[in-house]
Amino acid sequence: MLKKSLKQRKSELANTQRQLDILSNGIFQNNELPTFASTLKNINAHPLQPNTVEILQINLGYMCNQVCAHCHVDAGPDRKEIMTKATMQQCLDVLKKSKVHTLDLTGGAPEMNPNFRWFVEEAHKIGVNDFIVRSNLTIIMANKKYNDLPEFFKKHNIHVVSSMPHWTRNKTDQQRGEGVFNASIEALKKLNNVGYGTKESNLKLDLVYNPSGAFLPGDQNSLELDFKKALYDDFGIEFHQLFAITNLPISRFLDYLLASENYEDYMYTLVEAFNPKAVDNVMCKNTISVGWDGFLYDCDFNQMLNLKLKGPMVHIKDFDEELLKNRTIQIAQHCYGCTAGAGSSCQGSVV
Amino acid sequence: MSKTYYDPADLKKFTNISEWNEELGQKFFDYYGKVFEEGALSAREKSLIALAVAHVVKCPYCIDAYTKDGLQRGITKEEMMEAVHAGAAIESGATLVHGVQMMNKYNKLSM
Repeated sequence: MLKKSLKQRKSELANTQRQLDILSNGIFQNNELPTFASTLKNINAHPLQPNTVEILQINLGYMCNQVCAHCHVDAGPDRKEIMTKATMQQCLDVLKKSKVHTLDLTGGAPEMNPNFRWFVEEAHKIGVNDFIVRSNLTIIMANKKYNDLPEFFKKHNIHVVSSMPHWTRNKTDQQRGEGVFNASIEALKKLNNVGYGTKESNLKLDLVYNPSGAFLPGDQNSLELDFKKALYDDFGIEFHQLFAITNLPISRFLDYLLASENYEDYMYTLVEAFNPKAVDNVMCKNTISVGWDGFLYDCDFNQMLNLKLKGPMVHIKDFDEELLKNRTIQIAQHCYGCTAGAGSSCQGSVV
Repeated sequence: MSKTYYDPADLKKFTNISEWNEELGQKFFDYYGKVFEEGALSAREKSLIALAVAHVVKCPYCIDAYTKDGLQRGITKEEMMEAVHAGAAIESGATLVHGVQMMNKYNKLSM
């Protein structure tokens, strides 16, 4: 079971350039597989260009109470990168003037940022249509000071999106750590108790499923039915939607793929499953990812590879919607993860 | 370099069989695709049947393919192993039921 981040372990993969090199060498260098750029060229979608920004996804920091084996953030208790109140204020200033309709807070465990509640209260006052917090669930049970999060979420009409890799204990704990399944179940019950996820409720509770291994997620609707049945039959738990998300070959998941000798097969699987229809709806088209230090990225994955926005505007303090529209999106081979099969985004399948 | 009859990389080349007979290849893959669609049986149930049969016909390509397919569908390892046992039970049963033929013959020839 993992206890430390790649960074703490001083793994070579903690170096993002090393990751990008791996993703560009070998099977992609010798033309065994086409690069993502050449695949986009074949369908006349290169360079990849964005639509209007609709979603601001803000990473409040890489600190997390869990050390999940697949984590693309390389998050964990040993990560100290945390968004400051000053940067949060810059995000709020942008929210006030922009047309963004969805605010999506992520991490690490965003709730561990000491200014998390202040930020949520301030952002709630500004008002967005959809205010998402990506909660790992176990944080709610981790410490007394987090036990009232379900009530706090309810008070601010937060849309809770939570990770749940499987409806069985074994599979969940294998990916996310010993005891995660039980704590997640208890947290889901607490959320249900305050009204989250129940049939007629406006308090939205969605779950995120990502495969615990070197394979793609199956059909999102079938998985949702299986999850709903199992969680209700076994624990009386209800939720709204299941988002099936593909693991992208970066950070700790890349480390796992390499160590288990699954890397090449996994890249083959992603490339063979390339779906041109998914390209139209990839999340980088309508999302901007804000790093803990205020730097801007086309998506959370690019953030973790330190692929900053192309162009003159790289920081939240310079946010300009018009400039954003004219940029081209930074791509590399990891992007195949978002275009495989039914596609993948932070909102699940895209086709 | 060691050579084997089976190469995992050949599974990716399966569709190449159409290159030497496009009509039959195409008909087979159309049929194959249709068989595994949702029907009176769910695609999930069919995946488990395929996994059991893969073991009975001892097809390493099919075992790889339907283990991965099962994982993608969220099928548990317990379900997969039970499917393999169902296949193995039929296969061993098919052997053992011939024991009746052996007994019949034995009895016929014996005084």
